[in-house]
Amino acid sequence: MDWKRFGFIALIIAILFGTVVLVGHTASSPLVIITSMLATTIAVATPLTLGALSGIFCERAGVVNIGIEGMMLTAAFFGWLAAIYMSAILNISPLPCLFTGVAVGMLSGGLMALLHAVLSITFKVDQIIGGTVINILAVGITGFMNRQLFFEKNSIFGGSVPHAPGVLPRFSFPFLSDIPVFGRIFDQQLITWAAIILVIVVHFVLFKTRWGLRTRAVGEHPRAADTVGINVERTRYINVIIGGMLAGLGGAYFTIESVPSFEPLMTNGRGFIALAAMIFGNWTPFGAWSAALVFGAAQALQIKLQYFRDLIPPQLAFLQISYVVGLAPYILTMLILTGIIGKTVPPVADGQPYEK
Amino acid sequence: MMVGREVILKVEKNIAKPGDEILRVENLKVRDTRGLETVRGINFHVRAGEILGIAGVQGNGQTELVEALTGLRSMVGGKMWFSGKDMTGRPPRPITETGMAHIPEDRQRHGLVLPYPVADNMILNTYYKRPYGVWGWMMPEAIDRNARKLIDDFDVRTPSPYVPVKKLSGGNQQKVIVARELSRGIKLLIANQPTRGLDVGSIEYIHKEIVAMRDRGIGVLLVSAELDEIMALSDRIAVMYRGQIVTTVDAAKVTREQLGLWMAGAHPEE
Amino acid sequence: MQEKEGRKWWRNFAEDSISSILVPLLAVLTAVVIGGLVIALSGGNPFFAYAGLFEGAFGSQKALSETAVWATPYIFAGLAVALAFKGGLFNIGAEGQLAFGAVAGALIGYALPDWVGHDIPATLHVPLAVGAGVLAGTLWAAIPGMLKAYTGGHEVINTIMMNYIALNMTSFLLNGPMQDPVLTSVSSRTPPIAESAYIPQIFDGLRVHWGFVLALIMAVLVWLVLWKTTLGFEIRTVGSNPDAAKYAGINVKRTIILTMAFSGALAGLAGAIEVTGLNHRHELGFSIGYGFDAIAIALLGKTHPLGVVLAAFLFAAMRNGATRMQFLTQIPVDIISVIQALILVFIAADAIIRFIYRIRIKGERVVLTRGWGG
Repeated sequence: MDWKRFGFIALIIAILFGTVVLVGHTASSPLVIITSMLATTIAVATPLTLGALSGIFCERAGVVNIGIEGMMLTAAFFGWLAAIYMSAILNISPLPCLFTGVAVGMLSGGLMALLHAVLSITFKVDQIIGGTVINILAVGITGFMNRQLFFEKNSIFGGSVPHAPGVLPRFSFPFLSDIPVFGRIFDQQLITWAAIILVIVVHFVLFKTRWGLRTRAVGEHPRAADTVGINVERTRYINVIIGGMLAGLGGAYFTIESVPSFEPLMTNGRGFIALAAMIFGNWTPFGAWSAALVFGAAQALQIKLQYFRDLIPPQLAFLQISYVVGLAPYILTMLILTGIIGKTVPPVADGQPYEK
Repeated sequence: MMVGREVILKVEKNIAKPGDEILRVENLKVRDTRGLETVRGINFHVRAGEILGIAGVQGNGQTELVEALTGLRSMVGGKMWFSGKDMTGRPPRPITETGMAHIPEDRQRHGLVLPYPVADNMILNTYYKRPYGVWGWMMPEAIDRNARKLIDDFDVRTPSPYVPVKKLSGGNQQKVIVARELSRGIKLLIANQPTRGLDVGSIEYIHKEIVAMRDRGIGVLLVSAELDEIMALSDRIAVMYRGQIVTTVDAAKVTREQLGLWMAGAHPEE
Repeated sequence: MQEKEGRKWWRNFAEDSISSILVPLLAVLTAVVIGGLVIALSGGNPFFAYAGLFEGAFGSQKALSETAVWATPYIFAGLAVALAFKGGLFNIGAEGQLAFGAVAGALIGYALPDWVGHDIPATLHVPLAVGAGVLAGTLWAAIPGMLKAYTGGHEVINTIMMNYIALNMTSFLLNGPMQDPVLTSVSSRTPPIAESAYIPQIFDGLRVHWGFVLALIMAVLVWLVLWKTTLGFEIRTVGSNPDAAKYAGINVKRTIILTMAFSGALAGLAGAIEVTGLNHRHELGFSIGYGFDAIAIALLGKTHPLGVVLAAFLFAAMRNGATRMQFLTQIPVDIISVIQALILVFIAADAIIRFIYRIRIKGERVVLTRGWGG
């Protein structure tokens, strides 16, 4: 990550944090505001981070995946479904239900990815069309089943949604979370922690292991990889499915970590923003994570401004309109894609089916 | 396609009668896609009725040179006069309209739209002009007439003018480009590797067409990595090495061996 | 010799035509069968469900009229996506362009008489309202077009982002500056447009309006532009091979922007026609999903205007019939989304269909989009 891009990230974060401090300084101290903003930023960046890691896994192997949004939505629904069914039927403590939900979410994300792999690797469908198919299919399936299971007269729960087992618990990092004020940052829920660990793990796998070397070879120069005995199709299949499971974990964030309920279309474009984070981060895990944090900060701004709604001075009245503030991540995405902060280079064979 | 006779690369041609200067290039500098300066200050001219051959091992800046001359790539420095007009940095259309024909190095990438029928590829850069385009409308009859005439004149082997050009053999695809480029009133032909990868029959045919163009008073800039092709066709030969022209010589007074040495980087004075 | 080759070519043409109709038909059939299985698995009777669907779509004059009403925006939006595909661009943003077309149409529809201070004749008001919608869609699509042409920012992500921006902005407008002062249970909507901005109905008592005829005319127009004009030649050349387009002297950047602008104009038209011909106001949430349906329609119609019209009718029949199906069999209308997604799967991967039905016609792989680099 070069200095220009690092500077851009620092600038945007400073603007976003500065705005919240400016609005809220009469209610609490800047330090407290910055800390809580940072804690929120890290939390809401989670699905973006996981989505970007998913994209990195696929695209480093040469498969464009714009179906991350759909994989997340599917995982959000089925993970949540598994958790509430288990809780309602077995009537046990919430934690095992939630963990099962996360596992089912990852599994369903992996299954959608398998479909993407079949379409784009075996049948060599245009990969962007393939991803769009995944997205449309996900909206259809989750919308249909959500209505069929919960909102029809003859549905299993008689037209009502059963009580959900709640959300994943927090984990406080020993010692660090005991620091006064700043300690809050190290008190996060489990998928958030998992995302941070996965950033490190994916970096290690991609750049320090044989598998990572193979993956990059397949994404940069599949023919050369093939001649030295790497199975291009198999490598791509495995990477896309792992990517789908990562997206699935990101999807589980929505219904098992953030809120204990499902709404149609609730992923709201996070899967696409994650792709922008991946591109801005130059297809590297740490780069993508820092970009995800920028988007997270833009979203945290909206959350914090709602909290400080009554303190917004009249000359900044437009900040009261959540629709306007909510545009920030989307505009930021488009700005980043223009390449004015420096162009990044995708893997050479990204998006091209491999013909033997 | 097999040819049942000795390959004749020696092309029959008369002594050139060069006319006025048609293309002049001064101190031309061009960068490649990665940003490296691969054409580093080139000077040369081409006169009507002569063939200037540019010899050189591939990758010494020939691709970027031709792309800059035809308007496909921007120039970093230098000047270019074509047909007496300063055409430095102009886009492809005005250059084409002034009378430049271009047989591109990568025919499938630049020269043809593969899924298009032969007829449409034969009007690829004249589609908007009468008689093919009138008030923004395409004229199918004129396009059809043009295609049938060119298929006849240039002996393009195709079952119909409406077969996608990708179904044709490499030689016939190149003939489609040659037919299109040579059939409109031109003053200069730039041919970059015009016979690469073709069968012997097509090579012979294209060589004859190039010499015929010269004899009709058209200037030709021939870029080729094939020494035999350069020697057989050119009237003058410029040797390109690492983005510069190391020397320009009379084709009749140079040996194969000398050219080969210069192409490999030997200095002409030595 | 000549004759033999001629016949062979003719035969190729026939085979191509058959495969271009047969594969979509089989894709639809397969998706319907699988959709039936899904209905059966979730406890419904697929035969009753499909009978209800058919009755709801074609069973009466009113049903036919409603199918045409549904088909109208589908044709416009499907043409928008198909046109962009022809120019090598993937416009996922029809949704947002359509929403802004509707907002602009509604604004001119209800506010213009107030601005000028007196009534406006319909012959002027209708074109102005529809024109405003077209303009809004055009501008909204031209932005990602310009970003693509001048910065290389990929239109897929940019048009998606602009969908979300459009959604947020219309929510803001319909809950704020443009909100209907007469508050009802549906609060996020504009005031009703003036009657002078109504597009008239074709038959008394049926909702199908002249916008439907306009949609069919637009399909013919798009076909004419793409295949009979030099502009269409430029659009298709840039879409098939941008390098060759540059060689041919075509201004590639300008063509990309124009293609997106035309695409957006058609999507904006879809929105404005819905407002002036049918809803007579703009309501939040009416357009959800049109943009994605439009992609499916464009692909099912093989990006050809005639194919788009047929695909739009199929989707319209399904959406329209679904309400009757849900009423009769309690199968949620959302099953249609599943079937449509399946159709799209089989269209995208027509190799699956060729495999299932053992069709031995060689398929041409058409490049529709390019990766991030382009």
